[in-house]
Amino acid sequence: MRKILVALLALTVATGAVGLFAAPKFSDGGKVLTIYVWNDEFQTRFKDYFEKAGLVPKDVTVNWVVTPNQDNAYQNKLDEALLNQDKASPNDKIDIFLVEADYALKYVNTDASLDVMKDVGLTKADLSQQFQYTKDIMTDKNGVLKGVSWQGCPAGFIYRRSIAKEVLGTDDPAKVQAQIDSWEKFDAVAAKLKAKGYFAVSGYDDDFRVFTDNATVPWVDKNGKIQIDQNINKWIDQTKEYTDKGYNNKASLWSAESSAGAGPNGKVFGYFGPGWFIDFCLAGWSKADPKGPDALGNGTYGDWAFAKGPQGFSWGGTWLVAAAGTDNISLVKSIFKKMTVDQSTLTAIAKDKGDFTNNIAVINNLANDKKFGNKFLGGQNYYGLLVDSAKKISRKNITGYDQGCTEALMAAFKDYFDGKVTKDQAWGNFYTAILEKYPNLKK
Amino acid sequence: MSRPIAAKKRKTVEYTRWGYFFIAPFFIIYTVFALIPLISTFYNSFFETYRIGLSQVGPNFVGIQNFISVFTESKIYIYAWNTVLLWVLNFIPQIAVSLLLAVLFTSSSMNIKGQQFFKTVIYMPNLIMASAFSMLFFALFSDGGPVNSMIVNAGLVSEPIRFGSSVGWTRALICIMNFMMWFGNTTILLMAGIMGIDNSLFEAARIDGAGTGKVFFRITMPLLKPIFVFVFITSLIGGLQMFDVPQILTNGSGNPDRTSMTLIMFLNKHLASRNYGMAGAVSVLIFFVTGALSLVAYRVTMRGYRDSGATN
Repeated sequence: MRKILVALLALTVATGAVGLFAAPKFSDGGKVLTIYVWNDEFQTRFKDYFEKAGLVPKDVTVNWVVTPNQDNAYQNKLDEALLNQDKASPNDKIDIFLVEADYALKYVNTDASLDVMKDVGLTKADLSQQFQYTKDIMTDKNGVLKGVSWQGCPAGFIYRRSIAKEVLGTDDPAKVQAQIDSWEKFDAVAAKLKAKGYFAVSGYDDDFRVFTDNATVPWVDKNGKIQIDQNINKWIDQTKEYTDKGYNNKASLWSAESSAGAGPNGKVFGYFGPGWFIDFCLAGWSKADPKGPDALGNGTYGDWAFAKGPQGFSWGGTWLVAAAGTDNISLVKSIFKKMTVDQSTLTAIAKDKGDFTNNIAVINNLANDKKFGNKFLGGQNYYGLLVDSAKKISRKNITGYDQGCTEALMAAFKDYFDGKVTKDQAWGNFYTAILEKYPNLKK
Repeated sequence: MSRPIAAKKRKTVEYTRWGYFFIAPFFIIYTVFALIPLISTFYNSFFETYRIGLSQVGPNFVGIQNFISVFTESKIYIYAWNTVLLWVLNFIPQIAVSLLLAVLFTSSSMNIKGQQFFKTVIYMPNLIMASAFSMLFFALFSDGGPVNSMIVNAGLVSEPIRFGSSVGWTRALICIMNFMMWFGNTTILLMAGIMGIDNSLFEAARIDGAGTGKVFFRITMPLLKPIFVFVFITSLIGGLQMFDVPQILTNGSGNPDRTSMTLIMFLNKHLASRNYGMAGAVSVLIFFVTGALSLVAYRVTMRGYRDSGATN
């Protein structure tokens, strides 16, 4: 009897030990490639440059799981799926998921993401041409790179040429830049625009990133205490002033009013944003006929230009992360290589989609290419303006709480800008919302 | 001699057993989907348990700490007030209009034509998903939306009304939506109640020369009490749990300044961080408040009904 018990005990321990090693970090040969996204930005680029090149193996189907970002739905779904990754059937296992800068740390510092170099197989040479900050942001505390991106996001001010001509007397990017290269000058231009019936920016949140990206203090310190950088107070005061003086159209970010400001009847002078904002947002908003040609005359398409604006900044970005437990590791590797390393692909994406692609050599080539111009920007080649700022972007202040803090701040202060609450009440609402989202933080 | 009696006894027991079989499905489903979750919610409310990112904090036993936090740190009083206000402002017009329509439709002297058509039309808003309905209103009443275009073009206002930024308008829109969704249902229930009143009472009253008002207040309303109480209590429970309409209309924020945030929306905020501890505490409070109010409503309204001996 005793021998049987001992044998059973040994068997249980052995099974337990095997169980610990049973879930492999990755495997190969799966039939379904599952990619989690929140919009179709990567999907379109994947289709145009990876699928069209015939690089998807014939027996593999690509399954796009699209969950919009609204109300945190995308991350909720992603988190549930990642926590169930071990128990999921091979066809349901996540292979790749996309993350944004605002919440990248949440996934970088866990075991749910794979090492890009050791597990996925990209080499140092592959990654050498990528802008440093795109690698820093996805490097965990042990120095392991967990994700790669095809885009860099240095940003500036994208303005309407016709409005510039009418109000400032010129639409040349260098001359316009001379008139808006500091906040004081920008305020003066805003007053001139108002006099002629135009809005300097579309709403409350448009220059938020210009301020927060230049902050010196992270949202949360090492002890879990929420910190408010000086620049955030500057943003609040400037936006309140602009709202009271009528320099903006009181729109909230991503609202219908905001996008209408860029449309055929729009009266907004410009928007702050990076490359993806131009192609993925403004281009669509500007067209009078959505199915019409991407050419001058279709709404405000082509009537825009790019200037650096009062302050350099960067905004967002989308990174590809390989999920631990993927069963398509070699396909993941070839996707990462083609979409974020291969120079001809990145050149094509830049030329066709206007992205500021994540390759120093490609961007330098394009900057010096006199024949290349962005159609939306009326033929302007804006890459040269941003190469240096892209190299200088630093994201050392990101935290895993950035997204929640950003959203809560914008929502809380919308009421203040609308004149519904006082500043103190708005701050109170902000802290209430943050502590609900992140109960472990302190005021 | 004893045999027939024994046979009879067996027959009675058999029928009783069948009775249990028939009601068993309801009780099984209720236990699994309502009772057990209820008990586990009570249990969870005594623990600190939430999720940050992909890592889980707790469950750590904290006793009544969650309840203390709810009462002292959160503005639950404001949310409770919002919920009650939104319900009352929706219920009073609703019951008034529904009573009126119910009386009109069942009035034998008025005999309105096309009743079937009207009954179908007023019930239809109830069939629309609340979230779709709210999305529709959100788009219609947005700053650059159709309603604003119409009233600006008609010259009624000089510039668009920002419905979403106004406390009064946001609440009004929520009440209007709830009203439209539920008044059809209420009307039909009240109609069923009125049709259950013995017609001879109405005839007797008319013969005695009673006017419409007297008939309504002295005969219809008192005999309608059970149905009225049913409508009142179900509307109260639904009102206290109001969530989907304000959630979608204000994008989950209850803005401006959380003036349209209801109790369940507040509960939902805690679920964003999977904070089952705090969410459990709020749930328990809502449970007790709803139960207490329902009991009070029942007692007060049915008191006169029972005393009058109308039921046994």
